[in-house]
Amino acid sequence: MSLKDILTPFTAWKRVARTPVTVRDPFNDRPGADRYRGFHKNDVDTCIGCGTCESICENEAIDLVPFKDPVSGDSGLRPRIDYGRCCWCALCVDVCTTNSLTLSNEYTWVATDPEEYRYTPGVDKKSWDENEKGWKKPEGNYEFYDLNRVAMHHLHPEERSDSFIEMVTGYSKEQAMTEADRCVECGICIATCPAHMGIPEYIKAVRNDNMEEGMRVLYETNPLPEICGRICTHKCETVCSIGHKGDPLSIRWLKRYIADQIPSDKYKEILNTNNLEVNDKKVAIIGSGPSGLSAAHYLRLMGYQVTIFEQYAEAGGMMRYGIPEYRLPYDQLDKDINYILSLGVEIKYNTRIGDKITLADLGKKYDAVFAGTGLHLGRGTGIPGSDNEHVYYSTDLLRKITAGEKIEVADSVVVIGGGNVAMDITRSLARLQMKKYGRINIIATSLENEENMPADREEVVEAREEGAIIHPGWAPQSIEIENGVPIGLHVVKCNSLFDETGRFNPQCSMDIKEYWPGKMVVQSIGQGMDMTYLSDEFKENITFGPRGRVQTNEYFQTGVGWFFMGGDIIEGPDVIHGIANGHKAAVGIDRYIQDKLNSKQ
Amino acid sequence: MDIRKIFQQYSDRTSYPEIGEDGKPIIDLSSHKYLKMWQGPQHPGVTGNMSLELTVCGDEIVESKTHVGYLHRGFEKLMERRKFIQCFPTCIRMCVAEPDPNEYLLARCVEELSGIEVPEMAQWLRTLVLEMARLQVLLRGVPGQGGTFALGLGYQWGNYIRDLILDRFEELTGGRVYHMYILPGGVRGLLPDGFKKRMEENLKLADEFVKSIDDLMYSNSVFKQRAKGLAVIPKEYIDKYGVYGPSARAAGVMRDVRKTNPYLKYAELDFEPYTTTESDVYARSRVRWYDLQTTIDLIRQIMAKMPEKGEIKAPTPNVLHWKIPKGETYVKCESSRGEYGMYMVTDGSDMPRRVNLKGPSYTHANMLLEKLLINANIADTAGIMVSLATCPPEIER
Repeated sequence: MSLKDILTPFTAWKRVARTPVTVRDPFNDRPGADRYRGFHKNDVDTCIGCGTCESICENEAIDLVPFKDPVSGDSGLRPRIDYGRCCWCALCVDVCTTNSLTLSNEYTWVATDPEEYRYTPGVDKKSWDENEKGWKKPEGNYEFYDLNRVAMHHLHPEERSDSFIEMVTGYSKEQAMTEADRCVECGICIATCPAHMGIPEYIKAVRNDNMEEGMRVLYETNPLPEICGRICTHKCETVCSIGHKGDPLSIRWLKRYIADQIPSDKYKEILNTNNLEVNDKKVAIIGSGPSGLSAAHYLRLMGYQVTIFEQYAEAGGMMRYGIPEYRLPYDQLDKDINYILSLGVEIKYNTRIGDKITLADLGKKYDAVFAGTGLHLGRGTGIPGSDNEHVYYSTDLLRKITAGEKIEVADSVVVIGGGNVAMDITRSLARLQMKKYGRINIIATSLENEENMPADREEVVEAREEGAIIHPGWAPQSIEIENGVPIGLHVVKCNSLFDETGRFNPQCSMDIKEYWPGKMVVQSIGQGMDMTYLSDEFKENITFGPRGRVQTNEYFQTGVGWFFMGGDIIEGPDVIHGIANGHKAAVGIDRYIQDKLNSKQ
Repeated sequence: MDIRKIFQQYSDRTSYPEIGEDGKPIIDLSSHKYLKMWQGPQHPGVTGNMSLELTVCGDEIVESKTHVGYLHRGFEKLMERRKFIQCFPTCIRMCVAEPDPNEYLLARCVEELSGIEVPEMAQWLRTLVLEMARLQVLLRGVPGQGGTFALGLGYQWGNYIRDLILDRFEELTGGRVYHMYILPGGVRGLLPDGFKKRMEENLKLADEFVKSIDDLMYSNSVFKQRAKGLAVIPKEYIDKYGVYGPSARAAGVMRDVRKTNPYLKYAELDFEPYTTTESDVYARSRVRWYDLQTTIDLIRQIMAKMPEKGEIKAPTPNVLHWKIPKGETYVKCESSRGEYGMYMVTDGSDMPRRVNLKGPSYTHANMLLEKLLINANIADTAGIMVSLATCPPEIER
């Protein structure tokens, strides 16, 4: 031991003169760091109540509680945090699909009531709500799930422009599983889907590579998965929570993927429908479109004897006679339809109700009748020249293409309309032109401008890729007729469609004119319903709403007790609505028949 | 009566305890020559919630037994019921004082089993955070050794600088104690603006602290008297009892995962862990003092070498249903206490089948401590325990 060892510890005395370093709380305020993980904040207007924060919270500190009425794309719930459980890991912030949930840098909070520490950020106002600092999801490539969807492979425009083969090739197994992995299972889509399909469940089945389970989930709510997997309007994807920051999930393609994996002969075994019971009650269905087939399927599962009356030679309604083959190949359509027919559903083709058999006849012979007759009539523009015999309706042409009837396609065509049906006829005629003339010369025009065109964006883009010319924002004025045949269409610039009150009232600049030559003019501005099978005696008992649509109750039951109606004639043109209506009507018919039985007893 | 003779008679403890044929002491408590006493679980001289059952003869410990189980929260088991991302806020609690190696090991296990490559930037940030964690532990642990011998002043100095390091943690990771920064796939943020400058200011204070604690503690005659020659770990114990890290290095055995099995960016850094051979409390404390300097130097090196910008996280599957193929792995890193490892078994589901943490405290505080306490003075118990840097939460998981 040296003298140094005794003396050096005393050097500590030199610190006596230093100022203390202690923070004298609460006299000196010490704000948390910019990234501090403090108390929760939530922008309740951005939040959609998807509940991913609740799923990821390992402490189960988050509950979703009602905040407002649910709307499409918003569950109406908001996260409530229990600070008795929270560990401030901020995984809830990082996983948030809308970036609405953040943490403030506030870290002291004194309250006398312990209940206060369980609160709903953004709803229960707190002093740190306006605090800009605190933990936010890190910037850059920091995501807990992939925001980009797996691109679907389409046939190249050159490969598809002269043929009706299906242009979407479908996902491979790896692609489907990668896409399915993006789902956060929030279920926001379920409420928006008209059929309320178990979307997260069947996506989970894709992830687990369990196609049979996926198939069972699909058929719980949708008996036409091959069809819906191709042409559904996928309203689910518009509300997908992943879509708030990235691409929504390809829900439609995943549905198609499941259905594509199962061969027809396995359906009955997987869905356990080999031995369905049959009772003595009979139901007639008018029309074999989506609503009719859906109703037939679910009624048959309940044991009813179902007969479908179809006016054309083949089943499918608008799905067959309206939608072109390149979007929905007939073999896939038949796959779904044949399964339903194989359950013991009888179908009478070429039988139009109102001709030999009337609705009243059906009412006498059957316990209940469901009509899903669809919108098959074309609607005209009424402009000068539109009454010419070479001015067509798109619905008629599409039906002829399906039926294999010959269409004299001209070497120059003008289509009036900017909806999906207009795109269908444009692209179909373009294919026929390509086959016949080796080139495409077709113009489609819509009143709406580019942004507001009613057709799906992809339809417009694909039509252009194939060589069609789309001119949005023009109002048709007259069809130029020469020697009894049309030679072109006069249009003027259309500036706006609706007035301040929201009424349809197109405003046009009459001095900005265009003339598009075309030896064939097709009108595709909407469809009407053929209700001639409703005789006057029925009309008395049925209430009609706006636009001539029949008013029904929630089970699509009309004023005539045994008569149910659904599909396009009630909800407007949309396949998934039709399927949902058919299902609901089947439940309604079952209730109606069972109630009648019970009252007899 | 010659009181001095009586005193001598009783103070002569050379014959106690008698050693039986099985090599264990024969302790007859009814002889009144022995006393059983407990140190812990609530005792300032015990590093955390564990207790020592000591049998003393006078003030000399003749037998000791360690008791753990006061802190068991079953994290390993809980993790078997958590998704991989949910294990991340759970695992850190397995060592409160130095949570970052837990985060790193979990992330590494998950990444290895699912084949994820971590971006360069994230690796640098992980290295930085692990060294910062070591720094804040040592800033408390080095002067803490003095604290166990009633020299509490250095502890105050160290804790102040540790608090400043926690400030840096707060601005980098958003948390002061539980940083929750290294998550499977990467890290959770780049360095904030001005971080390096503020860190450098803190490191200057740490440099100054290194010097002043040397004057206060290591040159202190009292400290030397008490720590030198105390609780010597014989070199043959190193393998026998699984001694790691600074405790092994104080016995002349080079055990530092950063050097022997470099991980993250340690291979690109220039450092040489200090070794000595005395193997007593003083030597172990001295090794930590050198470690403190190494860590300060390493942080400076990391900050100089790391890129300014870069990806912080590799793309991972959707964390809400991240399934990891069947497999098992063992990964390790160097904590301030020594080799810290995690063994993980996965069964193809979205949760780990088994997680097992292997920390040095398990062997240090159970078997080794029991041996070292024999023939030590009661007053040195805390000093011996702290010199092994035991961490009870890590024993019990």
